[in-house]
Amino acid sequence: MSRNSNRLDTDRSKSVLKAITRHGLFIPIAFLIFLLLLNVFINPGFLIISLGRDSNGNPVLVGNIINILSNATELVILAIGMTLVTSSSRGQDISVGATVAIVGGVIMRVLCGNETQPAELHAPIIVALLLGCLAGMACGAFNGILVSKFNIQPMVATLILFTAGRSIGSMAMGGLKPKAAASFGYYGNFIPGFPIPTPILITIAVILVTIIALKKTNLGLYTRAVGINDKASSLNGLNPARIKFLTFVILGLCVGIAGFVQSSRVQTVNPYTIVPSIEMDVILAVALGGNSLGGGKFKMSGSIIGAYTIQTLTSMLTTLNVNTNAVPVFKAVIIIILVAIQSPVFKNFFGSRFSFSRLSAGSGKERG
Amino acid sequence: MWILFADLGAAYFLHYRSDRNIVRIWYLNGGLSIITMKDTVLTMRNIDKSFPGVRALRNVDFTLCEGEIHALMGENGAGKSTLIKVLTGVYSKDAGEICIKGIDKPIHIKAPQEAQKLGISTVYQEITLCPNLTVAENLFIGRTNDIFVDWKKSNSRAESILKGLGISAKPTQQLSNCSIAVQQMVAIARAIDMECKVLILDEPTSSLDEQEVAKLFTLMRELRGRGVGIIFVTHFLDQVYELCDKITVLRNGELVGEYQIKELPKVELVAKMMGKELEVLAEIQNKAQSIRDSKDIIIETQELASVSGIKPFNFTSYKGEVTGFAGLLGSGRSECVRAIFGADKVIKGKLRIKGENVSITSPIKAMKKGIGYLSEDRKRDGIIGDLSVRENLILALQVMKGFFRPFTNAQSQAFADEYISLLGIKTPSADTPINSLSGGNQQKVILARWLLTHPDYLILDEPTRGIDIGTKVEIQKLVLKLASEGMSITFISSEIEEMLRTCSRLIVMRDLYLVGELTGENMTQNKIMHTIAGSVS
Repeated sequence: MSRNSNRLDTDRSKSVLKAITRHGLFIPIAFLIFLLLLNVFINPGFLIISLGRDSNGNPVLVGNIINILSNATELVILAIGMTLVTSSSRGQDISVGATVAIVGGVIMRVLCGNETQPAELHAPIIVALLLGCLAGMACGAFNGILVSKFNIQPMVATLILFTAGRSIGSMAMGGLKPKAAASFGYYGNFIPGFPIPTPILITIAVILVTIIALKKTNLGLYTRAVGINDKASSLNGLNPARIKFLTFVILGLCVGIAGFVQSSRVQTVNPYTIVPSIEMDVILAVALGGNSLGGGKFKMSGSIIGAYTIQTLTSMLTTLNVNTNAVPVFKAVIIIILVAIQSPVFKNFFGSRFSFSRLSAGSGKERG
Repeated sequence: MWILFADLGAAYFLHYRSDRNIVRIWYLNGGLSIITMKDTVLTMRNIDKSFPGVRALRNVDFTLCEGEIHALMGENGAGKSTLIKVLTGVYSKDAGEICIKGIDKPIHIKAPQEAQKLGISTVYQEITLCPNLTVAENLFIGRTNDIFVDWKKSNSRAESILKGLGISAKPTQQLSNCSIAVQQMVAIARAIDMECKVLILDEPTSSLDEQEVAKLFTLMRELRGRGVGIIFVTHFLDQVYELCDKITVLRNGELVGEYQIKELPKVELVAKMMGKELEVLAEIQNKAQSIRDSKDIIIETQELASVSGIKPFNFTSYKGEVTGFAGLLGSGRSECVRAIFGADKVIKGKLRIKGENVSITSPIKAMKKGIGYLSEDRKRDGIIGDLSVRENLILALQVMKGFFRPFTNAQSQAFADEYISLLGIKTPSADTPINSLSGGNQQKVILARWLLTHPDYLILDEPTRGIDIGTKVEIQKLVLKLASEGMSITFISSEIEEMLRTCSRLIVMRDLYLVGELTGENMTQNKIMHTIAGSVS
């Protein structure tokens, strides 16, 4: 009797465990937690957040976690847009880093005009933000037209801006390297008197808008439908080309916001080195979140978790004093392991071994 | 194989039957005797193949002799392509045996490359060569493991092959510069050159014009003369009768029979392909049920034509009426309704909905005018595989409602619950991805998707294909019920019986032309088949 109930209990706990491990976000979340624990192990004070003062005496929050949350802003925002593009067009935009440079160039030109170190801003910051977003959306529209109207593969289509973008950014600034006045720096650092880094607030705002957009419009349904089966979608009255175009423009908007935050961090832009190879990190974030890079279904939360995971990994390697030149190698090794774990081949192998061992153990009651 | 010997003695008649060879001896009195030994080159026996939920092949036999062109006929879903894929190793068979000449034991083909090594070559409808390589490169690529190839030698060898088969292409010419027919023939030449005993041509003529078809046929006859056994899959009846020696007919995964071409008139072939299923359908009365009782025209086309190649057609559909489009595969049934729905770009003609001239340039416009279209190919054009049953169900209505006005979860769940119970959709829950459902249940979900939009005119293109009999009957009953409630419906099916049961008027299509309209007493199997075959009875 008691043995039976014991077995029931183990069965139930097994099925709960199974439900958890089967959940699509299990591996991304588990890995993020694992990374955080690893960090705590290396540096016991890792999770501590304290209130400090910056050079001007304003209160600011200090801590590793705060740094990661703040530094991940660009990655998170771009991953949101990239998830939609991946879903609808079954491909990725590799030009996001270069278009961030364009956006940065536009913003700098708007704020500084033709001066290299103007004492005050040439235009209100909101104008710079809007024009930056507009520039990003224009780039997105360019990519979107190539993909949706001309049926060029996303990677090939975006290769154009990937190649040219950074030069365009430099041209946008008129070849100068201007530095904007300190008040522009509030958006990439702190608003004086407010202790939470502004990028974290911006991330929260973008995530909220995304949640609302996915809930209050059919963006999610249409993107997935087109990504899974565009023929059937068009027979249901959708216009697949228009939806693919839309996702590229949305990614462009994300690039605009990310570019704004990035250029505000140091109030200057070097278009040739700004956000180096961020496109790869963004695509990896999408993949780490358990999304298929082949398009179709997507989990926005997965991409966001993936972005934070990558940022945690990057800052962990930096704190471990890994040589900056060697960081990509470590990152690559860890990511390849993660992606392999999530691949169907691995899952099937693992799954069959699992049921096999159960059968041979003699219980043989049920299989899957 | 031909064996010749002199015989001056008495008359012999020898009919020798071995395990796999049928030997016939023709006797010429008092002189030379010619023995024709027509070996069977391929035998398939008792082939079974099932897919989850569907038994695609059941106990199918197929025999191919040397030097014959053998047509493999059947409507969509009959099992032709499954049989061919079993033969070429794309699928593995569940049961049965395949024997090929020259090998004593039954063979087990596990991959297409293996089939090729055994001398079974396939040329598909879509050219599977490399268009950016030259003709000679295409002929020889992938056949040796040598790293260094003497292209000069290859080119001259290619030239002799092409000349031998009468193909007008230069070895050094880039393949994409050749016409489709020549590309097709190069594919065949490649197959032949690899010592092929069995050549499978899967719909080779569907993208060719008449002259090109004639060229291809010359080549096929040439190959027949060389002793190659050719399996010819096509849906063009005329071509079968022009070229083939034998016909094997499949229907619903079962063998209907093997016939000499001379023994089987065209009308009978059509009958055999379509079949006369003796389903017990007591609940559905016997004669056309949806006799229209109104004169309200819902849909009217005038000389409508679309980019699909359909010839201008006139068609009218009344309120509460069920119309059907009959015709063989590729005759233009679907193309007609696709033009009405705006799925293919309309290039000519007028469309009137309830007397009002409309221009429909995209499906969404048709949907907003009250047209629904359940597409022919459920997998390709119907379901959105990874999405849930609920999302699939509300999709059309949601798109009509608009981007910024999504249904709430409660609303869409209510729709899903309503239609899941109304149509008896068997699904674990509304959140189950649709591609894990059986074909019949998937079809019910798609049907529900269109019913949810409450169309005035609903087009059902092969709604019963590949689903079990029970669901078929349910769908037919539903069609009649909807019509009695005033919906105008077009019901297209490859199974004539189904249309006879449900439709009050049949439009007959042949080779992209609308060739006839049958109503009332004229709606009989016989009449329809004669109209389809184009012969006068």
